[in-house]
Amino acid sequence: MTDAVTTTGTQVPLKGFVGEVLAGLSDAVTAVEQCDERRGMARIDPERVVEVAERMFALDGSRLATCTGLDVRDGIDVLYHWAIEPPGVVITLKALAAGPDLTLDSIANVLPAANWIEREMHDLLGANFRNHPDMRRLILDDSWPEGVHPLRKDFDQVRDRPPLPPVPPAPEQEGQV
Amino acid sequence: MGLKNWALRKSLWVYHANTGACNNCDIEVLDLLTPRFDVERFGMLLVGSPRHADVLAVTGVCTRQAQPRLQECYRQMAKPCIVLAIGSCANGQGIFAPAYHMGTPVDETIRAVDPNAIIMYVPGCPPKPEAMIAAVAKAWELIKTL
Amino acid sequence: MSHKTLINIGPFHPLQEEAEFFQLYVEGERVVDMDVRISYNHRGIEKLDESKTFDQVPFVVERVCGICSASHPLAYIQAVEDIAHVQVPERALYLRTIVNELERIHSHLLWVGLGGHFLGYNTVFMWAWKYREPILDALEVSTGSRVNYANCKIGGVRRDMTDEQLADIDRICAEAFGPIEMLTHAVIDDPVLHARLKGVGVLTKADARAYGANGPTGRGSGLAIDVRRDDPYAAYDRIDWEMMVQDSGDVFAKAAVRLLETLEAIKIIRQCVKDIPGGEIDAKVEHIPPGEAIGHVEAPRGETFHYVRSDGSNYPVRHKVRAPSYVNVPTFKASCIGSEIADVAITLASVDPCYSCTERMCTAVDADSGKPMYDFAELVRLSQAKTERIRKQV
Repeated sequence: MTDAVTTTGTQVPLKGFVGEVLAGLSDAVTAVEQCDERRGMARIDPERVVEVAERMFALDGSRLATCTGLDVRDGIDVLYHWAIEPPGVVITLKALAAGPDLTLDSIANVLPAANWIEREMHDLLGANFRNHPDMRRLILDDSWPEGVHPLRKDFDQVRDRPPLPPVPPAPEQEGQV
Repeated sequence: MGLKNWALRKSLWVYHANTGACNNCDIEVLDLLTPRFDVERFGMLLVGSPRHADVLAVTGVCTRQAQPRLQECYRQMAKPCIVLAIGSCANGQGIFAPAYHMGTPVDETIRAVDPNAIIMYVPGCPPKPEAMIAAVAKAWELIKTL
Repeated sequence: MSHKTLINIGPFHPLQEEAEFFQLYVEGERVVDMDVRISYNHRGIEKLDESKTFDQVPFVVERVCGICSASHPLAYIQAVEDIAHVQVPERALYLRTIVNELERIHSHLLWVGLGGHFLGYNTVFMWAWKYREPILDALEVSTGSRVNYANCKIGGVRRDMTDEQLADIDRICAEAFGPIEMLTHAVIDDPVLHARLKGVGVLTKADARAYGANGPTGRGSGLAIDVRRDDPYAAYDRIDWEMMVQDSGDVFAKAAVRLLETLEAIKIIRQCVKDIPGGEIDAKVEHIPPGEAIGHVEAPRGETFHYVRSDGSNYPVRHKVRAPSYVNVPTFKASCIGSEIADVAITLASVDPCYSCTERMCTAVDADSGKPMYDFAELVRLSQAKTERIRKQV
């Protein structure tokens, strides 16, 4: 598994609780990559992320643990990590925010748990989330320029650092001691 | 040694600034106040404002976001003051040095506003409370000479 | 629009050891809105890890947060072990459990101390931190450090514990049980603390779930989830222990959960010491194949969640680190809005924010350009004053 997105490929057999959940989403799932007792990984239709999030959240005991964004060849891959407890599984649903727009619908209106992580993916990767209720900078500092996304593969953490913030101006009146 | 230095020597007031740390050094600094180490018996206190402090205890790598604020903080300290750079991060950004969100290291950051700043380095990740107490003891000795 | 004043908390405030910036919007005595922005502590660890070998990464992520120092490396290591289909030796699983539970104890005692301070019970602060010290000693004797243990590696643990060290740990835990039990009862039975903390900072179960809250923050709101029980790792499925849940969702409930968990942690450790098998401590993993996996553990603050992707080289392609406070801190919006200023300090603290895990800082959304009314030290003073008032009434 490298940075290419697998949209086809052999379908993994669905079994157990994870298989049931994925089968329940089968109209939105385009590929299943892993389905075993504790873990599931599947790719979903990027046009339907909000609907899938609603359906996942409607399951008893489900919660959004977090999301991972990855810079891949075709865009930004957004992985939604869902935990369902009981029985204690983690199902990861992948949606590609394809280049050049790198845009998915935000699920933060459905799920407050997604609010910060979508802002973070925007800051660090440049992924865009349509209709996010509060898309402000979250994690990079005030002096960090727009449009520079450090988690992108073409950003070198040492060489590509933006210029540092300036020294604040000295106070107008001296004589502090 | 004048009266001011004598008074200073009896009670060191410390302002603690975290410039982007993992918490370990900070917790060990707070630990100094607790019964096992009890630095208050030396007259050492953590104070709420840099303007009241003799010692600026800095932990953390000094991230980009913290950098101008640390400089502001140092400016507000009454002089003379001593900066204690506590831990590998404050000494030189430690394991995080290559990371993209680093500002300049703590000592460079402070020297940018005061090239003559007095900085003591307390190595460790985190330094043990005993090491911090040793640093304070050395700071006392140093203050005598100021 | 009625007069909104801006209360700054942060960036450097003495009793919150972290640089962070919460901003509250207050109308009169009530909090009407709050904002948090995080970037003071952002160190770019996920990117840094892409330039570290698989074996080097635990040393970095150990330093994500000092108080959850054992949980981050373990979550990462479990993810990598999943990718490589590693069978970790039994003894290593028990050793991991012991260190992680010792960390839970010292972390919760730390919190109890800070919480006590915010409420004006300074003896609780001194007392809790005094009883933390032997736990840190136990960790130092067995791992070499009071904090930052570097005990785990991919495939097992880095160093073994001798029978003598295990006996020492057992003795320290046995001795700590009595005082901690006494403290637990002192807190749970104290009428002033009841009046002070019950009904304060309530997070409903529905909100907790919508925010993805977990750990004591979630369990205090009736959300019965705990990674140790739901997706067992280390030796937790071989040990007899109970999950602590409370229903009321207020600060009192969260405090009770933490205290009861501390006692439970002692029981877990003592069982581990008794049951730990002999044998290997390291599966000697040499290569990480391509793949991706998740590792999560129950840190003192809640679920620590890591995702790792490998392409067969020596370096992770992607490492996602999600600390528990990242999901727990935003619950402030649900639990703090509507409360009075005097309750803010303890409500904020009740989530036990591990600030460096979550790197928080607040942006100034200036409603009225109201000037700052209180700094955090003032908020703590208000909190302590309220406790005094209640003490006089009770």
